[in-house]
Parts: sequence; structure tokens; C-alpha cells
Amino acid sequence: MSALRSDVAVEPAARVRRPVPRLARLRDFTLIPVIIALGVVGTLVDPSVFLSSDNLVNVLQQQTELSLLVLAESVILISGKFDLSLESTVGLAPAVAMVLILPKSANGIGTMWPMWTAVPVCLLVGALIGAFNGLMILKFRLSAFIVTLGMLITLRGVQNGVTGGNSLSTVPPAFLYLGSKVWLGMPVSVWICALAFVIGIIVLGYFRHGRSVYAIGGNLDAARAAGIRTNRVVWVVLIVGGMLAAFGGLLATGRLGADQASQGSGWIFTVFAACVIGGISLDGGKGTLFGALCGVVALGLINNILTLAGVSANWINAIYGVIILAALVLSRITSGKAQD
Amino acid sequence: MTQPAASTPVVEATGVTKRYGATLALDDAGITIQPGHTHALVGRNGAGKSTLVSILTGLQRADAGELRFAGRPAPPPADRDGWRRIAACVYQKSTIIPTLSVAENLFLNRQSGAGPIGWRSLRAKARDLLAAYEVDVNPEWLAGELTVEQRQRVEIARALSLGAQFVILDEPTAQLEAKAIERLFTSMRQLRRTGVTFLFISHHLQEVFDVCDVVTVFRDARHVLTTPVADITPNALVEAMTGESVAESATHQQRAVAEDAEVVLAAGGLSVAGEYADVDLAVRAGEVVGVAGVGGSGKVALAETLVGLRPQTAGTVDVCGRRTAPGDVASALRAGLGFVPQDRHQQGLVPLLSVAENATLTVTDRLGRGGFISPRRRRATAWQAIDDLAIKTDGPEQPVAGLSGGNAQKVVMARALANQPRALVLISPTVGVDVRSRESLLGVVDTVAEQGTGVLVVSDEIDDLRVCDRVVVLLHGRVHAELPAGWTENQLVAAMEGIES
Repeated sequence: MSALRSDVAVEPAARVRRPVPRLARLRDFTLIPVIIALGVVGTLVDPSVFLSSDNLVNVLQQQTELSLLVLAESVILISGKFDLSLESTVGLAPAVAMVLILPKSANGIGTMWPMWTAVPVCLLVGALIGAFNGLMILKFRLSAFIVTLGMLITLRGVQNGVTGGNSLSTVPPAFLYLGSKVWLGMPVSVWICALAFVIGIIVLGYFRHGRSVYAIGGNLDAARAAGIRTNRVVWVVLIVGGMLAAFGGLLATGRLGADQASQGSGWIFTVFAACVIGGISLDGGKGTLFGALCGVVALGLINNILTLAGVSANWINAIYGVIILAALVLSRITSGKAQD
Repeated sequence: MTQPAASTPVVEATGVTKRYGATLALDDAGITIQPGHTHALVGRNGAGKSTLVSILTGLQRADAGELRFAGRPAPPPADRDGWRRIAACVYQKSTIIPTLSVAENLFLNRQSGAGPIGWRSLRAKARDLLAAYEVDVNPEWLAGELTVEQRQRVEIARALSLGAQFVILDEPTAQLEAKAIERLFTSMRQLRRTGVTFLFISHHLQEVFDVCDVVTVFRDARHVLTTPVADITPNALVEAMTGESVAESATHQQRAVAEDAEVVLAAGGLSVAGEYADVDLAVRAGEVVGVAGVGGSGKVALAETLVGLRPQTAGTVDVCGRRTAPGDVASALRAGLGFVPQDRHQQGLVPLLSVAENATLTVTDRLGRGGFISPRRRRATAWQAIDDLAIKTDGPEQPVAGLSGGNAQKVVMARALANQPRALVLISPTVGVDVRSRESLLGVVDTVAEQGTGVLVVSDEIDDLRVCDRVVVLLHGRVHAELPAGWTENQLVAAMEGIES
């Protein structure tokens, strides 16, 4: 029918149509059956371990850092942009905060800033990276893909340069607290991620500025004509994205007790897979954070099941990749629409 | 032309000049629009209409000139809300967000104040607004699923709900079928009675006479004339647009097509489920056959099946006696078919490639051996096309994105003709094309028919069909009538609407 654009007849009878939004809302839940199926598979693979609260909490905690990146990337993708450099921010932001604090003997640079600066500096670095990406993309009109690809390489290089390629294993207590403390039976990081997603869902769903992100990604000219300050909104989105990635890096450093030179490396592929499986369109304007969250959870479960099933470490990536492709096909079938 | 000074004009633009690089888009042009009028703005492609629209809506700033709205100076460029309260525009390009609901589109960027959005009350507000302007659309639908007509109505309602009493309609009828145009005009007349002022832009001069009070003509970036519609004849209007006098519409001379001429394009029992069924058709060499029908009659689907853009569910297509594979454009082209697709932007042109590359896309095999394309031969082929079709371009190397609508369509036509087809299928060949370009495009049809090509013209435009020897009329997906040469406009319209005459 799409080729018949000028031919579309609007007979009164043809106007009675299915209520589209209800279907659209259903699309958010297309992953729920997948997650349930994964739960069943996991139980069959190893009933005693999989359903134990330790294991499930572990799955959640391992996904927290990734989920913050998925949250950031989802909003950026909805606004019609792209950010590959998030994964390098994950490594660099905590590294910068730490080298400013640590003595030279622990691979610091000797400035010995006070401990309390760790968290604010880490977030500030993330914000600055996002702001710089925004400058290149919005002011200089460069392609977001290439800019952030360049930044991905640059930031990783800067991290190696600053730390001399060493991993930083003297971690500030604030990082350790956020990364490994448990509140009410759940790691702090899980609570924080849940809160971040709740805030994200509310802002994108119920606030003018959040909706303008969809408008910008859906039709930039129309958004501008409606009086939305498109550049400003996208800029804020990129800055918030950088901060979320920095925070993800902070949690990872705290959980692992060290910031390795390769922290975050390769994550971005998983992040994109989670976004797309979760129904976020790479063309912008489409998708929900709830869907993206389901995408992260599904990937986490797959990873966990593969480990429990004792799949050889050499094969795990190949199988993981195939399953991601299968999940994409599945969500394509259940949503019934071409993926874009 | 002096206007009665009864009231302050809604819009008063004087001495507006706008330059894009080397091109002068508006040269000391102006327009004065009186409140309550429906004011037409006409001109050929490139006359400066679109530039004026973007200046009147504040999207572009004039380099020089004065702009006053209801006697007050224009708001500063950054004050988008200020502009939106003054002038609203329904652009050719949709300004809705397809992935959001109709309700949200109506209240875009004003869904709420500072607090959270109340979706329930937003939908209720949208429902009231749509009801107030008699737009029969459910606010919960995704805007991307609306038809062109519904989309326009939603955009008009949105414009008026912002408080604007001045609405610019930029070629609103280009993508509408006759009944939808009638409905649009009816609601325009209703709104005019409530004091809404319109600026109406169209290529169809008849519409200007149907719905407008005053007409302004632009030509080559300048204002030519402004006059009440009642005081001007259609021919005078065309003269003002083109700067040349037009002969009374040339009567079409009959082609003599031999009974035994080869059938170059044939359909046998052709059907596409849900579109049309059981169509038999034969076009002989040297013959021009029209296919007409209202929207939803299946005529475009039929044409797209013939050229291989969509596969048939039953039946056969033969080009020059060779059966083509269903849904396979390449096999149709090989058999000797050329075609102009319906949407030149989507299916016709690669905007960033040059005129030469676009014009020769189908004949790259003839420009060199073994996949190699000789630039010299390509340029020569392109120059030939530019001369043959009088394409206005800087040369074969210019990207087609920079051409006006009419010239872009000529490039599509050039490509259709590049492999010297025996059968030519044209789908809506003159949509969005100005009067002169239309004449030259239709002139090409005459020429190729004389040279022995069979042509099938599928169109909504009576003017396009005038070049046809006979016209097949589809109604609800079936052949309803076949009008032999010498048909009249009344007969055609009656047949299309399914009225027995």
C-alpha cells in the first residue's frame, strides 16, 4: 500500500481502524515471553543454582553497569543520534578521578586530590566527554558515527597514556561502597540502576522535554518548527549519556576493586544489541526504555545460562552472538514490523 | 494593484530579497494579504514561492525588505512561539512526527506546563480540538498511519489551535484525489467564514479559480501581478506565470495506429489481491493508452505490476512478446520496457548523484565493456538527453538534488528513454511539475509514439490523458470502461466516478 500514496482513498468506512497505540504499547512487552522462556531454560539447565537468590542477584548486579550504558544509548538513539564512545568513557572517567587522588606509588599522577572528589570528578569527566561529542556533532555538524568512533579510540588511548597502561587497584571507598555494598538484600548498584530507569521512563514518558527527544528523533524539522530547541535537547542528552557511562564505569570499578586498562572495552556491541532487541530504532524516534531494560535482562540471562551450562569459554562468544541474532529474529517476528 | 484600504493587511511584505549563494531566490518581491481572503500564490517551479513561505513563517530571514503582520513588525527569529501564533503553515513535507500519536502531535512541545503530562486529559483535549474542526481522526492513532488527507487536516487544526488566523497551504492538493480536494475546499470555505485568512499555493490553476479570491503571480524571483481572481482568465494567468502567451490548448491530432501493429505491452488476466483483478490490456507500437481511475481504483498498482515493481498474484505480462518474470524489473527492462515511477524522490532518483549518472542508470552496460563505464560516453549520452528533453541544468555533472521538480522529472524520463524502449509506462508523470515542464514532458510522449513506441500513461490529470488515443478506466480494481479516441472530459470524469453517462 505504501506505493499508493497519492491513491489512498478515505472512504468513511475505511476510517474505522484498529486502535494503534494499544498495539504499540504491547510492543514493549514482546520480550517478556522471551525472558520467561529463558527462565524456564535456566531452571532446566541447573535448577538448584539458577533459581537461587544469589545467582539471580548476581545476574542483576553484573548487568547494572551495562544497563546504565543501555539507558544512555537508548535515549541517544531515540533522539536520532549515535554514541559509540560510551564504552571508553566507562574506563576513562573513573581512571581520571583515581589518578588525581592516588599517590605516584599507586600509579597516580601525584596531585593527591582529596578522596571526596572521586565521584564528582568521575561524573564531570563523563559530562565533559558528552559535551565535547555534542560540540563536534551539533556545532561542527560532523557525523555522530565517525565522531564517536574517533572518540572511542582517543579516550581509550588517553586512559592508557594517563595510567601508563596499568590497572588502578587502589579504589576510593566511595566507589567500593557504590559498587559492592548491599541494601535490603540487593546491591546498591541495582537500586541505583532501578532508580535511574524509573526516572528515565517517567521523564521520557510524562515530561515535555522527554517527549521532545522522541519528536527530534522522529522528525527533526517538525520538532524545530514546533519550537523545540533541538540542539540544546540533544546536547543535554549526550551529556547525560556521558555521565551515565561514567557512573557505569564507577560501579564496575567498585565491584571489581580495580579499573583495568580495558574496562568497558567491547561493551558497546552488547549495548547496541540490547537496545535493538529491546525495540529501540536505530533511525530514531522509536522505542521505550522499558523495552531496552528487557533487552538487558534478556542478554544477562542468556549469559548466565551459558555459564551455568558449562559452555566452554572458547565457544561462549560464538554462541552468545548467535543467540543475539536469534533474539533479534524473534523480536522481529513478534513485533511484526521491519526492524530499522 | 491597489487594495481597498478597508482594514490592515494580515501580511504585508515589501521589497523582500533573499539570496542563496549565487542564486537570487527572491528579488525585491512582495505580497499583501487582506484579512479573510483566500489568497493564491502561483508561479512556476523556482519562482520563489517556497522561499517566500519560509520567510513568512520565520524559518528563513530575508536579506532585505520589510515584513509586517497585522501592522506590527515581525517577531525576532528566535521567537518560534511568536511566529507560530501569527502564521501557520501546512508544508508539502509533513511536519508531523510519525512515531507519535495524533494527540501528542497536536500539542507538540506544549503537552503540559512544567509538571508531568496528563495523557488522559491530553487525549481529551485533542479529541475536543479535532471535533471542533470536524477532523474525523482518533487522537490515539499514530500520526504516521494517517492518510495524506487526514494528516493535512490534523496539521490545519494544530495551526489554528495555536491561535493563528493566517494559514499557509503549500501545494495541499498535490497528493490528494479529487474527492479529498473537494472536502479540503469545503472546509477552507467554512474556515474563511470564521475569519481565517489563507495563502494557497498550487500548480493547478483550476483550483485557484475554484477556491481563491485574489491571486498573486511570481516569476523568476519577482512579483509579477496581484489581482482578484474574478478579473483574470486562465490563459492570462498562465501568461503571467510563463511570461509568454499560450496558444489556446492545442487540440490533439489523432495518431493512426495500424490494426496489425505489434503489441508491445500486454496484460492477460492480471490481478493483485486486494488491489485489482482480471485486467486485460494491450498497447500497440505507436499507440498511447491512458489508464484512469479515482484513488483506490488500483491503477497505480496495475502500472507497477506491469513494470515489475510489484508481483502479480495471477495473470501474465508480456513486453514485446516476451513474458516477464513477476516482480522483476530487470526482466521487464531487458524485454524493452522503460518506465517513470510514481514517486520520483523515492523510486526515481538518487539525489546526490549527477544528472548524467541518474539518466544513464539503466544503460550502464552500453557505456562500456565488462562493467567499466566510460565517463566520456556517459557525458555524451547525458548531453543528448539534456538537449532532447530541454532539461535546465548546469550540466551533466550537477547533482539532481539541485534541480527543480519539473527538471528532476525530466531526468527520470530521460532514464526511462535511455534504453530506447519499445514500451513506455508513465505513472503520474506530471505530479508537482509546472505548466511548461508538463507541456514538454507530454511533448516527449508524442515524439516517442511517432517513433513507434507504445506508451501507457497512468494518471489523475486530465491534461496528461489528453495525449492518449484511448483511455481505459478502472473502477474498484476492474476495467469499468474503455473510451475510444475522441473522448470528452465529461465522459472521462463520469466513467471514473462510475456514473453512467
